[in-house]
Amino acid sequence: MTKPLPERLMLLVGIVFAVLGSLLPFIWFVLTSLKSQIQVEAIPPTWWPDGSLEFYYSALFDHELFNYIWNSVIVASATTIIALVIATPAAYALARIRLAGKVWVLGGLLCVAMFPQIVIAGPVWQILERIGGLNTHWGLVLPYVTLTLPLAVWILATFFKELPVELEEAAQIDGCTTWQALYKVMLPLAAPGIFTAAILTFIYAWNEFFFALLILTDPAKQTLPVGIALFQGEFTMPWGEIAAASVLATLPLILLVLLFQRGIISGLSSGAVKG
Amino acid sequence: MVFPALAVVGIFSLYPAMDSFLLSLHRIYLGLPSLGEPFIGLGNYTQLFQDPVAHQAFIVTLGFVILSTTFELLLGIGIALVIHEHFKGRGWVRAAVLIPWAIPTVVASQMWRFMLNDQYGLVNLMLFGDQVEAYVPWLADPWMAFGAIVLADVWKTSSFAGLLVLAGLQVIPDDVYDAARIDGATAWQRFWHITFPLLKPALLTALLFRTIDAFRVFDLVFVMTQGGPGDATQVIQFYGYKTLFTEGRVGYGTSISVTVFVAILILSLFYVRTVGSKLLEQERA
Repeated sequence: MTKPLPERLMLLVGIVFAVLGSLLPFIWFVLTSLKSQIQVEAIPPTWWPDGSLEFYYSALFDHELFNYIWNSVIVASATTIIALVIATPAAYALARIRLAGKVWVLGGLLCVAMFPQIVIAGPVWQILERIGGLNTHWGLVLPYVTLTLPLAVWILATFFKELPVELEEAAQIDGCTTWQALYKVMLPLAAPGIFTAAILTFIYAWNEFFFALLILTDPAKQTLPVGIALFQGEFTMPWGEIAAASVLATLPLILLVLLFQRGIISGLSSGAVKG
Repeated sequence: MVFPALAVVGIFSLYPAMDSFLLSLHRIYLGLPSLGEPFIGLGNYTQLFQDPVAHQAFIVTLGFVILSTTFELLLGIGIALVIHEHFKGRGWVRAAVLIPWAIPTVVASQMWRFMLNDQYGLVNLMLFGDQVEAYVPWLADPWMAFGAIVLADVWKTSSFAGLLVLAGLQVIPDDVYDAARIDGATAWQRFWHITFPLLKPALLTALLFRTIDAFRVFDLVFVMTQGGPGDATQVIQFYGYKTLFTEGRVGYGTSISVTVFVAILILSLFYVRTVGSKLLEQERA
């Protein structure tokens, strides 16, 4: 059915508002990052930058942004890999095998995902202090894995449930153990779901700030969000450098969103609504 | 197979949560170890209920939760209705809408701090143009600063609310709308009498997800206002962070966090009961 003109107009207005509202503030930051120091300090502000890359240079080299990027890459990648290695068999078992109290496990995981960070922050800090995990990357990865597990398990469990059981039954008749059925038959089929869970876990670990702030006090170890939040100039706020660092920190995420928009949208809603 | 997951969650989530509860029953000053760590029962909690700063923080948090979730749900419905339609380039629009969600909260906070800057900000430029003398230092005013963190949160997470609503929209069959259209229902009538009632479960999910998450707001406040001016934007998680980690009042700080936790736990249980019961039914079937 083709829609009447007023409805199409309304849709157009909606699209324009949604896109502009979502992008305009960030575009302003991108423009700022490409200005020169004189342009950033102009009052009233100017719209168009002269395309200077001085802030990128200064952020990367004077403020050692490479270091923060590297730390973030390590922490986010390690979190993603470990969380998925733990979450996949758990999700498979919860989706497939008859386990006593598995509804409680899933409900409990959901509750854990709702914990306010601060209620576990103090004791987690103490545990890490005892085992020497403060100011180390693995010390940050441990709580990150915990915090991302519930979402990963939920997404994967939803995904496993939708795969046909007959395939595993066939595998088991052919003599596969439960583990073999998981690794040889289900994993390749579940690849898209695992991939979605991986992207969401990665984005979470890349963006997390609260625990990173508490656990990493040594600037050489800090991740991007901590670096950007604590960005200090000598005399004034270095807005140009902050903008440049922010754009660099966000670029990988924008790439992920552009490439995997479909998977992200279904992943985010699956844990929540389909149950 | 489930054991490793449970072990990790147990050690780094459940145990810390319980440990926090125990700590909150003691008086502990990190800076003064000579005082020991005496057990004082609910002493921290009685102190908390009489602490005017804590009261203020609870009210600020509550205001933040109510305002931000309301706007996020309204905008989320709007976003979901738009990206649910079929049109050319929908994939691009969906990606654009997702970008605020994907941006690190710290980056979004710095961005809005700069947008609202009294001299260099886009908001002043768009409102007042060349009239520099009219420029407003938004974050220096208690009410405006509170509005600013709400605005930044709404910008950042409306699209997430929108995705949850979208998931609800996708299960409504198209022919219901076609039938309504043939019967001459206007767009508004179709929304109010068909979409909205069928959307209620998804809206409830989005509402609870957003409420719980808004209770935990921290990054925005840390970067944009540091709780100020005065205590105007000091939300409860930021107050707890300051007492625990800046002042080292471990006992009192954990009593704050446990109180937040209990409030959120009640909300989550409500959530699991209403939405999670669907899962239970599926399991039995």
